[in-house]
Amino acid sequence: MTWKSPLALVREALEGQRARESELRKLVSNLPYEGLEKGKQPNRFFPSNAVKTTKYSPLLFLPKNLYEQFHRLANLYFVGLAILNFIPVVNAFQPEVGLIPICVIMCLTALKDAWEDFRRYQSDKKINNMPCFIYSRREKQYVEKRWKDVRVGDFVKVVCNEIVPADLLLLYSSDPNGVCHIETANLDGETNLKQRTAVSGVCTSNPGFEPESFNCAVVCERPNNNLNHFKCLVEKPDKDRVGASIESLLLRGCTVRNTNHAVGFVVYAGHETKSMLNNNGSRSKRSKLERKLNVDVFFCLILLFTMCLIGALGHYLWLESLPGVPPFLVPDSNGHLDEPSLASFYMFFTMIILLQILIPISLYVSIELVKVGQIFFITNDIDLYDEETDSRVQCRALNITEDLGQIEYVFSDKTGTLTENKMVFRRCSIMGTEYPHKENAIRLAVLDEPETEEEVIFNQHQQLPRTRWSLEAEGISPSDTHWQGSRRKSKVAANGQSDAAFSSPLETEVIPDQKLLQQITRAESGGGHRDSSRDKDPHLDFFLALAICNTVVVSMANAHRQRACTSPHSSQTNNPLEAFSSLLKRAGSFIQRKSKRNHTILEVPVTDAAKTDSREDRNGVQTCSLHPLSQSGGPTLEPEDLCYEAESPDEAALVYAARAYGFILLARTPDSVTVRLPSGEELVFEVLDTLTFDSNRKRMSVLVRHPVTKEYVLYTKGADYSIMELLGTPYAEHISGVEKNIAADTQHHLDCYAKEGLRTLCITKKVVSESTYRSWSGERKRAKAAMECREEQIMETAVQLETNLTLLGATGIEDRLQENVPESIMALREAGMHVWVLTGDKPETAVNIGYACRLLEEEDLVINMSCKNKLTCTSILDCTLEEVRRYGEDPSNVDTTPNISLVIDGNTLTMAMSPDLQERFVDLAKRCRSVLCCRVTPLQKSGVVKLVREKLKVMTLAVGDGANDVNMIQAADVGIGISGQEGMQAVMASDFAISRFKHLTKLLLVHGHWCYTRLANMVIYFFYKNVAYVNLLFWYQFFCGFTATAMIDYWLMIFFNLFFTSTPPILFGIFDKDVSAEVLLGVPELYRTGQGKGEYNFLTFWISILDAFYQSLVCFFIPYLAYRDSDVDIFTFGTPLNTVALFTILLHLAIEIKSWTLVHWIIMLGSVALYFVVTLAYSAVCVTCNPPSNPYWIFQSQMADPMFYLICTLSTVVALLPRYTFYVLKNSVAPSPLLQGRQLDRMDPSTRDQWIKEWRGFRGGGPVKRYELSDPPTPTLETPADFFPDSDADFMGDDLSLNVITQNRQRVVAT
Amino acid sequence: MGRAKEKSGPLARRPDNSAFKQQRLPAWSPMLTANTVLPFFYLLSVVCMLLGVWLLLTVQSTQEKKLNYTKHGDCNLCFEMRQNVSNAGQTCSCKVEFSIDRTFKGDVFFYYGLKNFHQNLRRYMDSRDDEQTVGRIKNLKSPSVYCEPFQTVENEVPIAPCGAVANSMFNDSFTLTYHTAKGRDVPVPLLRKGLTWYTDKNIKFRNPKTDNLTLAQVFEGTRPPPFWQKPVYELDPHDPINNGFINEDLIVWMREAAFPNFKKLYGILNRADAPFTNGLPKGNYSIDISYNFPVQYFHGEKEVVLTTLTWFGGQNHFLPIAYLVTSSLILLMAVVLTVAWWKFGKDGKNMKD
Repeated sequence: MTWKSPLALVREALEGQRARESELRKLVSNLPYEGLEKGKQPNRFFPSNAVKTTKYSPLLFLPKNLYEQFHRLANLYFVGLAILNFIPVVNAFQPEVGLIPICVIMCLTALKDAWEDFRRYQSDKKINNMPCFIYSRREKQYVEKRWKDVRVGDFVKVVCNEIVPADLLLLYSSDPNGVCHIETANLDGETNLKQRTAVSGVCTSNPGFEPESFNCAVVCERPNNNLNHFKCLVEKPDKDRVGASIESLLLRGCTVRNTNHAVGFVVYAGHETKSMLNNNGSRSKRSKLERKLNVDVFFCLILLFTMCLIGALGHYLWLESLPGVPPFLVPDSNGHLDEPSLASFYMFFTMIILLQILIPISLYVSIELVKVGQIFFITNDIDLYDEETDSRVQCRALNITEDLGQIEYVFSDKTGTLTENKMVFRRCSIMGTEYPHKENAIRLAVLDEPETEEEVIFNQHQQLPRTRWSLEAEGISPSDTHWQGSRRKSKVAANGQSDAAFSSPLETEVIPDQKLLQQITRAESGGGHRDSSRDKDPHLDFFLALAICNTVVVSMANAHRQRACTSPHSSQTNNPLEAFSSLLKRAGSFIQRKSKRNHTILEVPVTDAAKTDSREDRNGVQTCSLHPLSQSGGPTLEPEDLCYEAESPDEAALVYAARAYGFILLARTPDSVTVRLPSGEELVFEVLDTLTFDSNRKRMSVLVRHPVTKEYVLYTKGADYSIMELLGTPYAEHISGVEKNIAADTQHHLDCYAKEGLRTLCITKKVVSESTYRSWSGERKRAKAAMECREEQIMETAVQLETNLTLLGATGIEDRLQENVPESIMALREAGMHVWVLTGDKPETAVNIGYACRLLEEEDLVINMSCKNKLTCTSILDCTLEEVRRYGEDPSNVDTTPNISLVIDGNTLTMAMSPDLQERFVDLAKRCRSVLCCRVTPLQKSGVVKLVREKLKVMTLAVGDGANDVNMIQAADVGIGISGQEGMQAVMASDFAISRFKHLTKLLLVHGHWCYTRLANMVIYFFYKNVAYVNLLFWYQFFCGFTATAMIDYWLMIFFNLFFTSTPPILFGIFDKDVSAEVLLGVPELYRTGQGKGEYNFLTFWISILDAFYQSLVCFFIPYLAYRDSDVDIFTFGTPLNTVALFTILLHLAIEIKSWTLVHWIIMLGSVALYFVVTLAYSAVCVTCNPPSNPYWIFQSQMADPMFYLICTLSTVVALLPRYTFYVLKNSVAPSPLLQGRQLDRMDPSTRDQWIKEWRGFRGGGPVKRYELSDPPTPTLETPADFFPDSDADFMGDDLSLNVITQNRQRVVAT
Repeated sequence: MGRAKEKSGPLARRPDNSAFKQQRLPAWSPMLTANTVLPFFYLLSVVCMLLGVWLLLTVQSTQEKKLNYTKHGDCNLCFEMRQNVSNAGQTCSCKVEFSIDRTFKGDVFFYYGLKNFHQNLRRYMDSRDDEQTVGRIKNLKSPSVYCEPFQTVENEVPIAPCGAVANSMFNDSFTLTYHTAKGRDVPVPLLRKGLTWYTDKNIKFRNPKTDNLTLAQVFEGTRPPPFWQKPVYELDPHDPINNGFINEDLIVWMREAAFPNFKKLYGILNRADAPFTNGLPKGNYSIDISYNFPVQYFHGEKEVVLTTLTWFGGQNHFLPIAYLVTSSLILLMAVVLTVAWWKFGKDGKNMKD
C-alpha cells in the first residue's frame, strides 16, 4: 500500500461519485489491468458483486438499531418518560424501574431485528460464495471463483442451468446464432424461456471467444430497476457503434437454459444489478385500523394529560388547604418545602410517569406479534393452496391483514384474474367467411364436464372426427396418446413448472373445422406444385401468419426443455447419457400412466397396448439416435414433441391452432422460422425484423422473407380497432368491392365474437417492396442504435411500416372463466362489496363475460355509458343520475329495485373522471352495485381506483395478474396479485398473492373477517385494559393528596402489564374465531360487519373506555369502602386491588373470547397461575430488596384473610355485570348477524347446510348458474337511443347469434 | 435462500392439514344469550344473597366504640397547648370518660385512630430505611438517602430509625380504667404485645446484632428522630425486650396506612382476670391520655376505638350491604333477562331475516 495524500483520496472519492452518478458509463475490459493495484483499475468506482442486504453489522448493531427504533414516536415518548424519571424532583418510581418496560420492549424488538438480519446475512453469504467462472488473463482460461469476486468489466462464463451472477452483456453464446435462452423464474416467476441474443458484430472470432481480444468500450446507462429496458452501445476501436438492448442482457438471477455456455461482459454488479434494484423487500403499508389506532392513542394522550392536570391541580389545592406544615409533608434535604404551585408543577410530570401506561406501550409490539400469527395462519390455509402450481397464498405486506376484512370496493382485472388466461382457439374468419369450429366447441363443452363422464365421452369422441381431418397419417396415434397422457398428468399431479402451461389438451388441441380443412386441402393441392397462386392463397397465408407472427419459443415437450433446433451444431453439446436417462424416465412414466388408465377404462387396453408399443419403438429409435435425428433436419421431428412457450397465451393458442391445420412451427431462431406445411414441406423463413407488441400500438408484426417467392412479407396481428384503421387505403382505390366487403364482414364477425366473450385478433399481411425495405431497415438500424428516445424512435419505425395492410382474417380465442368465479363474485357482492371489473377488452366481450361471471344479472338495470364527446357525457351522467336517484327514492320500488350496474368505456371514463364531472360520476358509481369499465388503460385503472378511494373514502382492493394491473394494485389500499400466466409483476407489486381468483373469497370473507375482528377487538381490549388499570392508580390519588403514590408494588405493576395480562390478548388476536369459516363462506353478509367503520370505531372505543372507567371505579371503591377506617396498610390494600384488576381484566377478555380452545384455557389459567406464583414468590423472597416499597409477606397474609376473597369476588362480579348483562340482553333481544352466524355454527353440519341453502334461496341468490354463452339482455333503463351509439341493436338477431344459441342447445343435449 | 425445505415433490409447499394450522381446533363457544345464562344469574343472585345475610348477621354481633378525643373535654387544653411547638417538651394529660351499654364479648381490640393524617404520601412513605430497621449495622451508621432530610443530624450523626415515617410516630399513650357499678376503679389490662404481624416482628424488624452489648451501646453514635423525646432503645420503659426497632408501637406505626383516616392497634384486652374474662363488661370507663401528638397542622383528629372483630375484620357494614345490593341487582337483571327471553327468543334462535 502506498501512502496517498488526503487530497488525492478526496479527489478519488469525488471522481468515483461522479462516475457512479453520470447518466452514461463507459466500461472497458478489466483484463489488460489484471493484477494491477486498485487505483489503476478502470472500473474501480463501480461496486463489486458482493451483496449485502443486512441492515446492521455486529459492531454497529446497537447504535443503528437504537437509531431505527427511536424513529418510532412511541418509543421516543417512553424513553422520554424514563429519562424524566431520573429527575429527582419529578420521579415517581426508583429511576431504574421506570426504564424496565421500555427496555424490555426495545430489547424484544432488537432481538427480532437481529434475528432477521442474521437470516439475511446467512443468505447473503450463501449467495456471495456461489461459484462462477471468470476469465483470467494469467491462466488464459476461465477460472472458478465466487460470485463476490465478480467485478464490472470482467468476462463471466455461464454454463447451462447455472444462475447468472451479475448483469451480463451477452457477447458470445455456444449457439451458432448467438442465442442464449434464459429462464427468469427467480426474477419474476415466468417459466417460459426467453431468448437473448449476443451483441452482433462484436464477437467475430467464432467458434471460440477470446476475451483478451475484446477491446471495445461498453457505454451503458445508469443502473435502473426496469427489468424490461436496457440501453447500451458497444464502441469498437474503429469507432463503429453497435447498439444493444435488453435483448442482449443476461440479468442476475436468471438461469441459463438450452445453451451450453455463454460469455458475458459484466456491466452491472452487486447492488447495481436490475434484480437487486428491484428487490425492495416487503412493503410496508399502514392499515386503516392502525391509522385509527393512532388517533385513539392521541385521545389517550389527551386523557392522560387531563388526568395529570387534575392531579397537579388537586395537589395544589390540597397543599393550600393545609393549615400548617404537617409531619407527613417531607421537606427536601435542606428542610425546605416547595411552594404549592411549584410542587404541583412537578407533580404534573410525576403523574405522567405514574400514569404513563395509559398509553399502551406494549400495544405496538403486540400488534406486530398478532399479525405474524395471523399471517402464519393465512399462509397455512390449505384452501388457499393451489395444487397445480404448488403455491400458497403469499403475504407480502405484513401489516395490513386486517384491511382484508374491511373491503368495500373490489377492482378486478378481467384477463387472467377472472379468466384462466389459458387461451383456447375457438373460431376464425378468413377472407370474410366464418368457420365456426363446431366440433371444437363440442370438445370444449365436453371438457367442461366433471371428470368421470368426461373420460368416457372423451374416449368415444376421439375416434370420430380425427380420421377425417388428420393430414398426417402417422400422426394420429401418438398425438392421441399424448393428448390423454398429458391430460392425465395435469389432473393427477401438478408438476408445477415444466409444462404446466400448455400441457392440457384444452389449449393444445384444436379440432379443425371441416369446411376450412377442405378449403386448405384444396388450396394446397389446387394450383399444382410451386404455383404462385398456392402461395397467394389467403387461407394459407392466414395460417402461415398464425404460425410465424409471434414470439413463441419452440422446445421439446418432455425432455429437459430441449430447444427444438434444426441446426446441426447445437445438439452436439448435449450429454447423450443424460438424454438417454431422461428418455428412459419418460418411457417409464408412460407405462405407468398407461397401467393406471387401464384400471379405469376397460375397452381401450388393446389399442393402448399397441400404441404403447409403437411409442416405445419410437423412443428406442430416439434413444440411440437423438442427435443424428435432429442433425438430419426436420422430418423426423415429431410435432407432438414440440412444446410452444409463449409470453402471451394468445400466441400459443394461435400456434396450436395453426398446427391443427398442419402448419407446424418447428423452430424459431432470431433470424429464421421453420414451418412445416400440411404437405410436409418445410419452409425456412428468414426473419428480418420483429416489431414487438406494445400497448400503444396494440399489435405486433414480423417481417420475413418468403423462401419461395423471395418477397418481403410483413405479417401483423393485433386488436381489431388498431388494425382496421390501418387497412386504410385499399378501400378506396385499387381494391375491389369484394375486399371491402371482406373488411366489413370480418368486422361483423369480430363483433359477434366479442359478444360471445371471445378475444379477437385481426391477422393481416403486407408485401413490402425491396426498396421500401432497404430504406426502412436503415432507419430501423439507426433507431436501434440511438441512445436517446430509443423507444420512441423504434416505435415510430414500426408505425411507419405497419400501413396499408391487407386483411386476411380474424380469430376468436376463448379465455375461459376460472373455476368458481361466478360464485366468488356473487359472494363478494353479497358481502356488500361493490365489484368493478376493469378490462382492456371491447365492451361487448366485457359485457358478456360480465354476465357469465354474474357481475351483471339478467334482472339488473344496466346503464351503458359510451359517448364521444364531453357534452353528451355530461348530459348522460346528469340524466342517469337523476333517473337512478328517482328510482332509488321511489317507495314503490323498495322491494323490487333491481340492482344497478354500469358499463362504461375507456373514452367516456376519461371524460367522466375529469375534475368537473368526477363528483357526479362517483355519485353514480356509488349507487351501482357493479361497474364494468372496458377498454381502459393501465393508467386509467389506477386513476379509477384512486378516484373512488379518495372521493368515497372507502377501502379498496385491486386484484390483477399482469403488468398492466400493477398501477391499480399499488393505488388500492389492498393489492392482490394473481400469480398466473402473465408473469409476476403483479405479484411483485401486490400485498397478497393468490393463485386463483376463487381464493379471494376465503381470503376476504374468512381471513379478512377474522383478522379484522380479532385485531379490532384486541386493540379495543388493549386500550380498555390500560385505562382500567391506570385508573386504579388515579383514583387512589384522591386519597393520598395527589402525590402520585402507587399502592401496588412497582414490580408487580410492571409484571402485571408485561407478563400477567399480555399473552391472553395476543392469543385472542391470533386465535379467536367468532364464526366458523363454513358459515362465513355460506353467509357472506357477515362480512359487512367489518366494512365502513367496522367494529373498531369511535363508539366502540369510547364505550370500552367508559367501561374501563366504570370497572376501575368498582375495582377501586369496593375495596376502599370495605377497608375504610380500618388499619389496612397501603400495600395490603393494593394487593386485593391488583388481584381484582387481574380477574376483571382477564374475565372481561373471557367474555370477549368467542371460542375457547385448549390453548385459550391453558393461557388464561396459566396467566392467573403465573400471577399467584410470581406474587407469592416475590412476597416471600423480597424482604428489603426493593427499598421504598416492601411487599414482604403481604400477599401471603392476604390470602389467609377471608376478606380478600370476599372483596375479590364482589368487585369482579360487580365490575363485569353491566357488560355481561348488556351482551346477554343484546344477544337475546336483537342478536347481531354475527351472533346468528354463531348460532348456525352450533347446528350440526347437515342442518346448517340445509339452512344456508334455504336462506340463500330466500335471498334470491339462487344456485349459481353455469357459465353459458347467452345473449345479454338489453339495458332496461330507458334512455334516449342516440346516447348509446354502441347500442345492442347491431348485434341482435343475426344468424350468428342464433348459431350460438343452437350451439348451446346442442351442448345441453350432449351433456 | 430461505430455509431448507423438508419436503420435496410436487406438493412440497402444501400446508399441513392439521387442526391447529387450519384453525379447526375443537373449541367451546359459549353463547351469551338469555336462555343459557339465566340459571347462572339466578344462582349468582342467591349466592350473593345468602352470603350477604350471613355477613350481615355476623357484623350485627360486633360492637364498636369510637371516642374522638381531639378537643374532647379537658383534652381541649392539651390541644391548645400543642398548638405551640415550643411546648413540645411539656407533658399534658387529659381524661375522657365514656360508658358502654352492652358487654363487648370476646376479644376486644383497642385502637388509636387518626384523621387526615396522610401516611400514604409518596415522599413520606418512601422516607424510611428498611435495611436499617432489619438490623444491618451498615445502614444503622449510614442510613439510606431515602430518609432525607431525616437521615442524619448535624455533623453527619445518623438517625435511628431514620426517615419521616419514624420521625412522625404517634406518641400519645392511653390508660383504660373501668369504673365498676360499685364505684371501684379497675384498670383494664391491655396486652401491648402481639400487635404486629409475626413476620414484621421477627423478620422485617430486627435489632442490630448485640453481641453482649446493651441496646444503648448498640445504638451509640446514633440520634433519635428529631421529634422524638426518647431514644429508640428506651421506647418501652416497662419491657426491655420491646425496645429498639422491634418495639411493637414502632412496627405498627411503620406499616403505613392506606388512607388518611386510619386506626392502628394499640392494645388487646387481656382476658386473663375477672371481670374481663368474657370481654369488656358494660359500664363506665375512662381513658387517661398522655396527649403528645399535635394534629392542628393538618386539621387532624384523634380518636380511640374499642371494637370486637369478626372472622372477616372489624365492624364494617359495607361488605354485607354490598353483597345484598349486588344480589338484588343481579336478581333485577335476571328478571329483565327473563322477560326478554320470554318476549323475544324463547327458542333461542330468533333469526328472522
